[in-house]
Amino acid sequence: MNDPDISPYGDSDGSDWGEQVFRSLPGLGIRHVATVPDAGLGRFLELCEADPGIRLITLTTEEEGIALACGTWLGGELAAVAIQSSGVGNIVNMLGLPNVCRIPCLLLVSMRGEAEERNPWQIPVGRAVHDLLAALGVDVFRPESASGVAPAFAEAAAWARETGRPGAVLVGQHIIGAKSFAGGD
Amino acid sequence: MRGARLDRRALVAGILDRRGDAAVVAGLGSPAWDCHAAGDSPLNFYFWGAMGGAAMLGLGVALARPARRVLVVTGDAEMLMGVGSFAAIAAQAPSNLAILVLDNEAFGETGRQAGLTGSNADIAAIARGAGIEAAFTVGGEAGEGSAGPDVAALAGTLFEEEGPVVCVAKVALSAESGSYPPRDGVLLRTRFRAALAGD
Repeated sequence: MNDPDISPYGDSDGSDWGEQVFRSLPGLGIRHVATVPDAGLGRFLELCEADPGIRLITLTTEEEGIALACGTWLGGELAAVAIQSSGVGNIVNMLGLPNVCRIPCLLLVSMRGEAEERNPWQIPVGRAVHDLLAALGVDVFRPESASGVAPAFAEAAAWARETGRPGAVLVGQHIIGAKSFAGGD
Repeated sequence: MRGARLDRRALVAGILDRRGDAAVVAGLGSPAWDCHAAGDSPLNFYFWGAMGGAAMLGLGVALARPARRVLVVTGDAEMLMGVGSFAAIAAQAPSNLAILVLDNEAFGETGRQAGLTGSNADIAAIARGAGIEAAFTVGGEAGEGSAGPDVAALAGTLFEEEGPVVCVAKVALSAESGSYPPRDGVLLRTRFRAALAGD
């Protein structure tokens, strides 16, 4: 691992990035959103679920989302795969599919295991996310603030479409906020 | 031990003869060779890896192209690796998706090691338990001289019945010659996508 720092770190600027990304979907031609839900994606997912124009596909494991998104693109449509950082550990072999076939994939990843994480089980894969994705040919977009998430998502979508390379937007824990385990040991 | 295992090449050929303009997604290994042996087509997308992904890729095609029939042809171990796909597919209820699982109860490509469907796992029952009502098994009926399924009727079910449909075909653990599709993933995806683009 070549990323020894616990980063990024800072405050969200308070923008409703989940709603902003949701509102960007029609303009990006995205009608299919596949997910293993995460609290960090909650706002985005609830808006997707309530919109009859968006088909929300609930998965049992994140790798299903990679295969599904490859299928929708083969059928002519870019899909979004919205998962938690630990789920990146579950998609590793399936990333061979878009890699070898040069199929655009678009991932929206809510990060755990960064600064203010209080659950050690989230840290190993959270810390490996960037290296795992980069090693398998997924280009990583890392917005610094909440207001930067939707622009990063739009750029990752265009990047994927135009280059045939999968793109992942990592929404940092400094944007999402930390999960509290008050009352635990 | 069950009897009357089906001949996988003959079964796949008989089914794909009746495909019309259906898209076919072939799971890695022998199912891909079977589909290729039945006749290559731009409307075939073959996996050479990414084990466990065939059914979900088929779902993606089916959702993006609702007017197109999609048949996934895969093996028992590939399907079990992606077994959660059944739950995801049932929830989406794609009427244009069917899955044919060629179940030889073994890892045929890697040295014929025993799989889990010979001893205990019933893929059709798992699919039903996940919410796919039209899930059934053919072949492997006890007794000598079993005629096996009516291939024309089975093809009708796979290509015309409201999906999702899952058919598990108990096939012989056999050693067909290789019939290899292109390995170039970009070629496979480009021609498959172009063939669907007119929908």
